[in-house]
Amino acid sequence: MNNFEYARASDVAEAIKLKAADSAAKFIAGGTNLVDLMKYEVERPARLIDISRLPLQSVEQTDDGGLRIGALVPNSDLAYHPLIERSYPLLSSAILAGASAQLRNMASTGGNLMQRTRCAYFYDVATPCNKRMPGSGCSARSGLNRNHAILGTSEACIATHPSDMGVALAALDATVHVAGAGGTRSIALIDFHRLPGDTPELDNNLHTDEIITAIELPPQGFATHYSYLKIRDRLSYAFALVSVAAALELENGHIRVARLALGGVAHKPWRDIAVEALLRGEAPSRDLFGAAADALLKDAKGFAHNAFKISLARRAIIRTLTQAANATPQVQSVKKVR
Amino acid sequence: MSSPPSALQTPAKPAPISITLTINGEARTIDVAPWTTLLDLLRDRLDLTGSKKGCDHGQCGACTVLLDGRRVVSCLTLAVMKDGAAITTIEGLAKGDELHPLQQAFIDHDAFQCGYCTPGQICSAAGLIAEGRAKTVDDIRELMSGNICRCGAYPNIVAAIEQAMATTGGRS
Repeated sequence: MNNFEYARASDVAEAIKLKAADSAAKFIAGGTNLVDLMKYEVERPARLIDISRLPLQSVEQTDDGGLRIGALVPNSDLAYHPLIERSYPLLSSAILAGASAQLRNMASTGGNLMQRTRCAYFYDVATPCNKRMPGSGCSARSGLNRNHAILGTSEACIATHPSDMGVALAALDATVHVAGAGGTRSIALIDFHRLPGDTPELDNNLHTDEIITAIELPPQGFATHYSYLKIRDRLSYAFALVSVAAALELENGHIRVARLALGGVAHKPWRDIAVEALLRGEAPSRDLFGAAADALLKDAKGFAHNAFKISLARRAIIRTLTQAANATPQVQSVKKVR
Repeated sequence: MSSPPSALQTPAKPAPISITLTINGEARTIDVAPWTTLLDLLRDRLDLTGSKKGCDHGQCGACTVLLDGRRVVSCLTLAVMKDGAAITTIEGLAKGDELHPLQQAFIDHDAFQCGYCTPGQICSAAGLIAEGRAKTVDDIRELMSGNICRCGAYPNIVAAIEQAMATTGGRS
């Protein structure tokens, strides 16, 4: 780890001011990803701005019946928050599918969205990587790419975004609130992260002087018909090969509202609104869910070691939508998939 | 607690920063470089070598300690950020010569072979019991997945935690 200067911000305004004064500085909150990246020398910040004590630690109900989650609420506190468990169990389940209990105690809500890809070449400073060093090339395209993306890839990058929480937030239509030198703004969660294109060094649309202050959930939480299914190489504490967040509102045996988002398959939580429209008005069935999966995956492209993800994703989508329709969500501590 | 540098007072060169931590009940004021992890501080500066450096990347759990009562990996924790916190390490669990129920349970169930992961396992299990979320053996396994045992003593570790949960009534 390189030597660096340290400053602690006491409020959002001070954090923004510190960052504006030194755009090469990095914010640190939970540190679970940034400190690790610094140990690998992928990140070498000259200064860390400690935002862990900013007053962004609460979960509050909004006037419209939704929830506003402070950016510094730890992942574990969010997963176990009574309002989340009761009204947004999809989010609770997705968070508990990620990382370990220790890391969830440390990691913040905002930091979860800001975490970098776990592409092994991004981590290995001895290899070319366009995300780490723009223009150097992508080692993963012709290398070991079992864990890589099948949707929305580019010549420059086939990395995935590793968050589970973000996949549920995408399905739940969350909004990211940010603050910067130019004021505050809100970004839909599905527009927060971006596809790599020819600038894979940019993971998201946050400006360098901005900080996430809160995540807002709309009132509809899909507390009955939901499931988060995560498929990975070991049964716990591993990143997703494919994960699926499904949420349905059923009325008289037909789907009134459908939400479907995937993790482990793209540079961002992958949500396809056109596919959700296919499900609307229909009665749940294996054929319907298969057709939705085919539509979602029609442009999927596999590489040497990850082409299996396309058929795996298809089966996982059908299974997760079935679990949601039957109100039998995947329980993260029970490893049998029903 | 001392004040860290603010926007206008940042030193030209990184300098050690004075922090106070309550470690196993004892207040300690220490100058640390900002890049010192809590694990390195405990092991190299305070001679508390019970917490182990396994992977040093938050993947193995051998460095698990309790920070303000919550289990964390000390290898990814920058000490300077935790000024004012209370830390409990494996050295702080026993009351004098009386073992913590988890320590006794690990002995009773032969829940280790080489022992390298054990301090982290026990601190993590103490955090698990305090969280109160584990109701079944499946829950224990899932919520202990952040602690790797290369010897594969998992069945005995789970049995030991079950015993400690029963003897403590779920309180760590």
